Amino acid sequence: MKLTSRADLKEARQIFSRALQLQETKILVCAGTGCIAGGSLIIRDKINELLKAKSLPVTVEMADEPHDKEINIKSSGCHGFCEMGPLVRIEPQGFLYIRVQLEDCEEIVNETIVAGKHIPRLAYTFEDKMYPKQDEIPFYRQQTRVVLEHCGHIDATSVKEYIGVGGYSALEKALFELTPDKIVKEMSDSGLRGRGGGGFPVGRKWAEVQRQKNKPKYVVCNGDEGDPGAFMDRSIMEGDPHRMLEGMIISGIACDASEAYIYVRAEYPMAVNRLKLAIEQATDIGLLGDNILGSNFSFKIKINRGAGAFVCGEGSALTASIEGKRGMPRVKPPRTAEHGLFNQPTVLNNVETFANVPEILNRGANWYNKYGPAKSPGTKAFALTGNIRNTGLIEVPMGSTLRTIIYDIGGGIPGGAEFKAVQIGGPSGGCLTTDDLDLPLDFDSLKKAGAMVGSGGLVVMDSNTCMVEVARFFMNFIQNESCGKCVPCREGTKRMLMILERIVSGRGNIGDLDLLLELADTVSNTALCGLGKTAPNPVVSTIRKFRDEYLAHIVDKRCPGKVCAKMRRYYVDPELCKGCSKCAQACASAAITGKVKESFSIDLSKCTRCGACINTCKFSAIKEGW
Amino acid sequence: MTIDGQTVEIENERNVLELIRKAGIVLPTFCYHSELSIHGGCRMCIVEDDRGSLIPSCSEEPRNGMIIHTNTRRVRRYRRNILELLLANHSRDCTICFNSGNCRLQELARSFNISSIRFMNTAHSPHMDHSSKCISKDPNRCILCGDCVRICNEVQNVGAIDFAHRGSDMHISTPFGVPLAESVCVGCGQCAAVCPTGAIIVKNDINKVWRALDNQETFVTVQVAPAVRVALGQEFGLGDGENSIGYIVAALHRLGFDKVFDTSTSADLTVIEESREFVQRLQSWHDMPLFTSCCPAWINYVEKHYPEIMPHVSTCRSPMQMFASVLADEYRKVPGKRHVHVAIMPCTAKKFEAARDEFVTDGQPNVDFVLTTQELVQMIRQSGILWEDLEPEGVDNPFSVYTGAAVIFGVTGGVTEAVLRELADDHGPTALKKLAFVGVRGQDGLKETKITVGGKELSIAVVSGLGNASALIEDLKSGVRKYHFVEVMACPGGCVCGAGQPVVPLSHRAARGKGLYSADLLTSIKRSEDNPLMATLYDGLLKGRNHDLLHVHYPGHKGHHNHAA
Repeated sequence: MKLTSRADLKEARQIFSRALQLQETKILVCAGTGCIAGGSLIIRDKINELLKAKSLPVTVEMADEPHDKEINIKSSGCHGFCEMGPLVRIEPQGFLYIRVQLEDCEEIVNETIVAGKHIPRLAYTFEDKMYPKQDEIPFYRQQTRVVLEHCGHIDATSVKEYIGVGGYSALEKALFELTPDKIVKEMSDSGLRGRGGGGFPVGRKWAEVQRQKNKPKYVVCNGDEGDPGAFMDRSIMEGDPHRMLEGMIISGIACDASEAYIYVRAEYPMAVNRLKLAIEQATDIGLLGDNILGSNFSFKIKINRGAGAFVCGEGSALTASIEGKRGMPRVKPPRTAEHGLFNQPTVLNNVETFANVPEILNRGANWYNKYGPAKSPGTKAFALTGNIRNTGLIEVPMGSTLRTIIYDIGGGIPGGAEFKAVQIGGPSGGCLTTDDLDLPLDFDSLKKAGAMVGSGGLVVMDSNTCMVEVARFFMNFIQNESCGKCVPCREGTKRMLMILERIVSGRGNIGDLDLLLELADTVSNTALCGLGKTAPNPVVSTIRKFRDEYLAHIVDKRCPGKVCAKMRRYYVDPELCKGCSKCAQACASAAITGKVKESFSIDLSKCTRCGACINTCKFSAIKEGW
Repeated sequence: MTIDGQTVEIENERNVLELIRKAGIVLPTFCYHSELSIHGGCRMCIVEDDRGSLIPSCSEEPRNGMIIHTNTRRVRRYRRNILELLLANHSRDCTICFNSGNCRLQELARSFNISSIRFMNTAHSPHMDHSSKCISKDPNRCILCGDCVRICNEVQNVGAIDFAHRGSDMHISTPFGVPLAESVCVGCGQCAAVCPTGAIIVKNDINKVWRALDNQETFVTVQVAPAVRVALGQEFGLGDGENSIGYIVAALHRLGFDKVFDTSTSADLTVIEESREFVQRLQSWHDMPLFTSCCPAWINYVEKHYPEIMPHVSTCRSPMQMFASVLADEYRKVPGKRHVHVAIMPCTAKKFEAARDEFVTDGQPNVDFVLTTQELVQMIRQSGILWEDLEPEGVDNPFSVYTGAAVIFGVTGGVTEAVLRELADDHGPTALKKLAFVGVRGQDGLKETKITVGGKELSIAVVSGLGNASALIEDLKSGVRKYHFVEVMACPGGCVCGAGQPVVPLSHRAARGKGLYSADLLTSIKRSEDNPLMATLYDGLLKGRNHDLLHVHYPGHKGHHNHAA
């Protein structure tokens, strides 16, 4: 089927939409990376097999000639509730089954599909309350899903389903109803800001590219999501790829570009495959390629896989990488909008930003900016990870508080521990603590608090976390990922890391904090690109908020979080020690001395914390302390 | 715009840094060179605006009404910290560094009074590269400013080196980390010339030459290239481009060389041979255009980057090698002391050329050692000879005569002008003088001219800088340009700007070319063929053997045979 006019698309939408309606039962098996790792595809095939064995009218793709009573099994995008995967959603009832195993398939088929009954043991239960339906679960109830609207609700591998639920209608509008100026104005009015971290107004960026006389122009989608603990963009690319493609095509119309690149990290093989498939399908059906829907607008999208350098998420490094050069940021100005890919005017936005575009055109700027605060309107997807009950992918209006996210949606901290801090914005961001629980999460408020939205990774940390170690972890990441071009980032982060390593291993000096802050000041003020300028943030914000923890490491040589191995102390309980000398014989560094039949003692300056003595003591006389 | 309270007019400055320099303030930089693209890596040129924002001045466009402070407490602190960070990862054994006293890092460390470093020294990379005959690379002295990378890629279009790896693992590397000698490096040494520290240095062969001079059983001759005379004097207080050949000859005699010659003499041979070859090719029209062959880095470039055009390259040996052939014939065929020949060159690639199999006779290189201008400076200093006390001396017989055509070989366009003097229909002094104005002189990277010789209009190009050469080759291939004769010198500006010369700012280099043209004015003979010594040579030593002694067949040339085999 090739759509060559607006009427063709409208007709196709009717057909696909009707086909979806006719599917009486829909089984949505999560085919996000997390659930696939949990075996969701095997579960999908098993259910299919069982249904076939019962000679039920089961399909895995949208049928060309749909009939009612059809049972359709879909590989959906990420449902978001990753902690509970593999997930299976069943419509029309709206049941959500969690942690589904292969053994459960038969029961699901017999009880739910055939008999229409709920299986309580597969339902989500929290604080003794069972939630049979997905929408009732607090994790979902508190969210506002715009960008993730389709994730988990339609087949992620089908352009027909996307069209059937109204997809590509914004493209239709952009092609046949709006002028490029109107599109850009709608974007400006919506107040949408780039979701990649910088928060640059999308309307302004597009207008700048639109103004450029130089042609050709390019559209580039940044799918190089590299923050540790962030997977929003991956889920969109895997779960609703057409939404993002539609956004990209619209930006092409607005800025008069006809060629586009998607830069995806090669570590996201499934995202790459789903995007490839989506581009193929869109091209086959006539939504990409020459003269889209009979108009004189042509648009082609190529996929470029990144080789794993974090710095390639920076605009100029990304375009250099696409050009086949070393992924290294260049000095600005000129900006990417003027001299971007191949030195041509370029629209560069990230996945989530493009995915926001179709809905804004469909429903209008006024609808969009009713979410969130005036200066940061819309919703934001966050990846919730770390010490939190409901790990997963969420979407909330900008300006929601940390408390809502962590306690209402995230379900709080598991294992009886206390909430301590959350790292937001990945290695470029900062940490927020209990003091910030009621801080609205938006671009400007977070900046004031010394953190940043970043791409949207939220790593929750409980009271068993060592904040110095957290700072060391992020500094290590940044040091490895610095491109090495400018001196402050290359050499400064290296020295900051060395100081942090010194502190966590118990060799810190009292002057180290001042030295760290001085280096941080130099690096953040003189580094060339955003990666370097924000690199010291985790260190600065942890020093600011957890200075006492640093001091405990430096002065008392103690790790309050009981994490830093070198801070561990071994001592001999004189009451229990029989003086057998076994421990002294086992000690490779001769740190244990004493007289036989009298209590032994450990010299901590010699002790390497290997733990060999504990294992040899038959009387449990050797104790571990912090 | 306002810089430190001074109002400065914005004219055509490309960036704030240039404007700051115009205001009489020189900001410290490592990675800024006007002839290279803007890197923005060292961050030393950072300045503060009136709102307290920090701006790297090298990459900021000047705007009307801008207010800039170049020397605030903050920027001084940041510059100091950057220097300290660089020094913490730098091999600080300055006393044994070749570039000590000529090192920007050392100079800035001193002016910022950095007396202690708060960080552990981590410059312990074992990966030194001594494989090349021309240059050595030491990552422990490298500050990763990328100047070498950009000159190699942007100016020379060689692409032998680039950044490799990330973060603190980043270093300058050849593709796949192969040794420089096995890479596409052509040995032009421009990377060493631009390096602000001692991370890339020119190979040093002084001790080998001292050993030859010390040995009573050797007869040591030396030849001095034209370009050396207008650069070496700078190191001893002479002005830019001042001709110091008389002093150089005197110094070489004092150092113990038995005979001192001037490469200009053999350049006359080159002019004659190359002109004949050109006329022959023009008549039989084979492998046109003809490219010159004096420059060893150019020969390497052809071999490694454009082997298919080797047939177009003249088979003439370089002047250095022509002289060496003649001298080997003169002094090695007779019984007596062992003859050792040394060449003083402005060039690093000559060290490679001297070692080529093609120029080894009976197991001994025709040129045993090549010293750069800088190495000769070092030898003079080591010997304690007082430059001021030297009296100029002339070169030795029997090869003491050279023409003005030969002495201008050292500047871009010189070879072409010499060949044109040879070919010109009118040999009168006025006609020869006019050749100076046909468009072959000047520092431009590509010069083109048309000249009528024997009723035929010849189209001629002169390029310096390998990047310009490769652009020209591409144009020739695609048919955009057509020439009869092309002169190529690898170093921008020609041999006077060779990497073996004392390093001076770009603006000072033009004076060296002018110095050679002045030397030409002082000579009484302007055409190579009019050099009486030539007739003597062609009738004597070279009789019937000029092709064997003065030409070479590199791989790719017709008639090449494998010397190594």
